[in-house]
Amino acid sequence: MSILVYVEHDKGQLKAETLKTVAAAQAMGGSIDLLIAGENCQELAEQAAKINGINKVLVADNAVYAHQLAENVSLLVSKLAENYSHIVATALTTGKNFMPRVAALLDVAQISEIIGVESADTFVRPIYAGNAIATVQSLDSKKVITVRATAFDAVACDGNAEIITLDDVTDAGTSSFVSDELTKSERPDLGAARVVISGGRGMQNGENFKLLEGIADKLGAAIGASRAAVDAGFVPNDMQVGQTGKIVAPDLYIAVGISGAIQHLAGMKDSKIIVAINKDAEAPIFQVADYGLVADLFDALPELENKL
Amino acid sequence: MKVLVPIKRVIDYNVKVRVKADNTNVDLANVKMAINPFCEIAIEEAVRLKEAGVATEIIAVSIGDKSCQEQLRTALALGADRAIQIETEQVLDSLNIAKLLKKVVDEEQPKLIILGKQAIDTDNNQTGQMLAALTNMPQGTYASKVTIDGDKVQVTREVDGGLQTVSLSLPAIVTTDLRLNEPRYASLPNIMKAKRKPLEVKAAADFGIDLTPRTTLIKVTPPATRQAGVIVENVEQLIEKLKNEAKVIS
Repeated sequence: MSILVYVEHDKGQLKAETLKTVAAAQAMGGSIDLLIAGENCQELAEQAAKINGINKVLVADNAVYAHQLAENVSLLVSKLAENYSHIVATALTTGKNFMPRVAALLDVAQISEIIGVESADTFVRPIYAGNAIATVQSLDSKKVITVRATAFDAVACDGNAEIITLDDVTDAGTSSFVSDELTKSERPDLGAARVVISGGRGMQNGENFKLLEGIADKLGAAIGASRAAVDAGFVPNDMQVGQTGKIVAPDLYIAVGISGAIQHLAGMKDSKIIVAINKDAEAPIFQVADYGLVADLFDALPELENKL
Repeated sequence: MKVLVPIKRVIDYNVKVRVKADNTNVDLANVKMAINPFCEIAIEEAVRLKEAGVATEIIAVSIGDKSCQEQLRTALALGADRAIQIETEQVLDSLNIAKLLKKVVDEEQPKLIILGKQAIDTDNNQTGQMLAALTNMPQGTYASKVTIDGDKVQVTREVDGGLQTVSLSLPAIVTTDLRLNEPRYASLPNIMKAKRKPLEVKAAADFGIDLTPRTTLIKVTPPATRQAGVIVENVEQLIEKLKNEAKVIS
């Protein structure tokens, strides 16, 4: 058995989630190779080569992979797939985008967002926004799998694997990159933060999210939001935590003015400690919170910031 | 320009799903069903393209037993011109769904196919991308903006760090994210009109595709439940608990 793990990266940096995806691959058993697709990614390859428990790092360094367009990356990965029994990627927006395309090109099913590995062909994954947990066996000869990184513990980084440069270039020629509009933030990534503080509809408007910033700075936290806050136009969608947004599992999750709809709980209920601040004592969020504070957030937030 | 919109019948998003006692699956008996919310956004986008004079015909398609005709009628009431039901009693993997949809694409030759990014039941997030691979079309997934520009479509995508805009050659596939639009409600006259719009039924078995399942569902269990914790009196007590009891802040 041999496993190919696709490396998620951003701005030349390895994404921390990749280390957790490698852990999931180790649980499947077999030798693991990594694949990096991008442009100017030699430094990234050196970072990746340090990941423990891997055999080699394959690097496809070319302008056609610069923005990891699904059309081009899926051709690359499906071609490499002949040498592997398992193709594994992290369930972040890049992996979610191109992996089903790889599966279809290989004529196999994809098992999405696994949170557990039972054996080399049997996996555990949440369905219905995490309100049910399915155990699924793949009957295909090749397994195409995306991994929910929050469910696995990161592997260490003190290895020294061989780096192999691929010179095969596949350009589907049907899509091109136009522009990026990336949210600038000095704060940690939602997926990687140890503490997350999120606001919901109770924040009333986007301006009031400033009340979360001082606390986030003191705690080194990322700022998130519920779908209701995104739908209401308070904040951009990349802050959304939930079934259709980001899945987080930090050490501390603080939900402010969030009622606790099942779609939101799906994105954060695996956090170690959950704090809820809401003025409605009946809000369902209190049923999953370790610590609940029934209070008006406009009083509680400034006080919390002061006393931290 | 012809637009194809594949839609899925799913449990209504407000309903809390329960796992069956024998752990074979979730219990959908007598549960309220609806169009998958992301598919509803897909229909709305197609209708807006038609209102803008870009789209000329909208075809809604759904795969399932007779009950999914209800969702197809809703799509017709929202503005689709005609509907196709691919009838099967079988629960199909995304790959087999995509293979059936490819046959529809081959026959109808749409310029644009709009799908929801994921269904809220299986949470797979696969069908659009798989259909794109099988039809060799480019894909703009997680769309928050779609602009047709001659023989290309520009799609602004919701990605982890913000937004990415790509340009795709038509025909192309778009999958919708929640900020793309706000779907309208069907008006009563349109619901009445929808009853007379064409709805064609085709048997999945007649498509000549091997629909053997690629996965086996071994069991479905309820998730681990979290115990509700304590209600603290005030901010000071909260900080004290986080420091000394939970030890998550210092």
